[in-house]
Amino acid sequence: MNRRVLRFLLPLLTGVIFIALWYAVRAGLGEERAFLLPTPDEIVQAFRVNGDQLWQATMNTMKGAVIGFTFAVIVSFVFALVLSLSPLIRASFYPYLMILQMTPIIVLAPILILWAGAGIVSVTIITFLICFFPMTVNTTQGLISTDRNLVDFFKMCKATKAQEIYMLRVPAALPYFFTGLRIAATLAPIGAIVGDFYAGNSAGGQGGLGFLTIIFSSQFKMGALFATAVSSCALGFVFAGLGIGLAWLSMHKWHDAYSRNDS
Amino acid sequence: MSAPPPIVTFDQVDKRYGNGPLILDGISFTAQRGDFISLIGPSGCGKSTILKLISGLNPISGGTATVDGISPENAAEELAFVFQEPTLLPWLTVQKNVEIPLKISGRQSHKRSDIARQCLELVGLGERGGYYPRQLSGGQKMRVSIARALSVSPKILLLDEPFGALDEMTRDHLNEELLAIRDQKAWTAFFVTHSVAEAVFLSNRILVLSANPGRIFQEIPVNLPYPRTEDTRQSPEYSRLVAEVSRILRTVEKGQLPSTTAASS
Repeated sequence: MNRRVLRFLLPLLTGVIFIALWYAVRAGLGEERAFLLPTPDEIVQAFRVNGDQLWQATMNTMKGAVIGFTFAVIVSFVFALVLSLSPLIRASFYPYLMILQMTPIIVLAPILILWAGAGIVSVTIITFLICFFPMTVNTTQGLISTDRNLVDFFKMCKATKAQEIYMLRVPAALPYFFTGLRIAATLAPIGAIVGDFYAGNSAGGQGGLGFLTIIFSSQFKMGALFATAVSSCALGFVFAGLGIGLAWLSMHKWHDAYSRNDS
Repeated sequence: MSAPPPIVTFDQVDKRYGNGPLILDGISFTAQRGDFISLIGPSGCGKSTILKLISGLNPISGGTATVDGISPENAAEELAFVFQEPTLLPWLTVQKNVEIPLKISGRQSHKRSDIARQCLELVGLGERGGYYPRQLSGGQKMRVSIARALSVSPKILLLDEPFGALDEMTRDHLNEELLAIRDQKAWTAFFVTHSVAEAVFLSNRILVLSANPGRIFQEIPVNLPYPRTEDTRQSPEYSRLVAEVSRILRTVEKGQLPSTTAASS
């Protein structure tokens, strides 16, 4: 059997074994504790029953994640441009960036709720805070790592500082920018769900996946909780795919790492 | 008949970086229009530094230097630099790479692309304008780099070991091409190299430098007639010059041993 077929079959086999084990564990739990581990078909069933609610919550979370993520991309880019201008500017801001990064978002959530109220605004801010750091740090690193010879070449051509930035430093920083963007893209839905868990809006149809988790767990709806987990996971994949897709779109023509299909 | 004014003059030029050691010590030479001057010498003799001083990229520390009658800092539009590496922008096509210096100086878009196409034609890459740098070989990238330098119609071309990383065959070809282009464009060239054969083949003057600090040790005129071709490499005069320059270079390197030991003790 050749490797390509194996590459396809082996993960499938792992899945089948996993699901078989799952059913076995469930059978071993006995009737009283069976509710602790819903079987895959029960989770599918939970999707049917709670479908509308799950879809609505996923969309709400997505909204928070997209807005927070987009703001983080824009603001971090501008901020990185400022930081890249001089080592002194970087020195003045980096300690505070570190402080922000080291503070767990969970402890900020109650503060944010008091400031902005529960709902999409708080969720967006929390997503923003989680995405902001990796984007800023990577983009700044990219902007200051421009090839010395290329900078000399631009100087020789009497390029203005602005020309040097938009014709050289920014495009040269793109691989770094997208490294940050891909990290942020995987963090954005997590940020939005965590945000929603603490600061979600409880009004009907306004809550996201985090809020739904609270509801389902209080009702001991194990199947629905698992379905929520699956939805969150799917949302994560959508975002990760978005990050990779954007990076591929802007760099596959010229960047070696994106020009092949094996990454 | 009065001689035309020289295009580059160095008079007792010194260079040091900050409070560091003297890199160049009392460098004096004049270059006439159309000269092809090779700079050769042991590593650390400041060959590349001389190019940077001519380009105005770095300021001189002592003496006087003029390029086309004015100070190097003000003359940057008169010259172009070809670096050791191709230094292309990987995210731009070959055509757009060649256009970059023109774009920086604010030339109109259609003029830019005409000039760039001509320059690529000149280096034999007229068909490759739409390629990205990563799709080219090392020799082709270097050609693009030369086309980019030519795009500004420089009066002076500064080349810092441009063919050092290429295999000998490609290097020989590019040397011939470089001279062929020079016939059409007539610029003055300063060429830093480690290869004696390359220096003899290309130049009409060779400056041999000694190191620690960099000084001009000897100038060797190369009176081989242009245009030079593969036949030039077979001529006895060429072989004699290569042998002579190699001998002088060895003298320079040997002569340095006592002074370096003295300096380090």
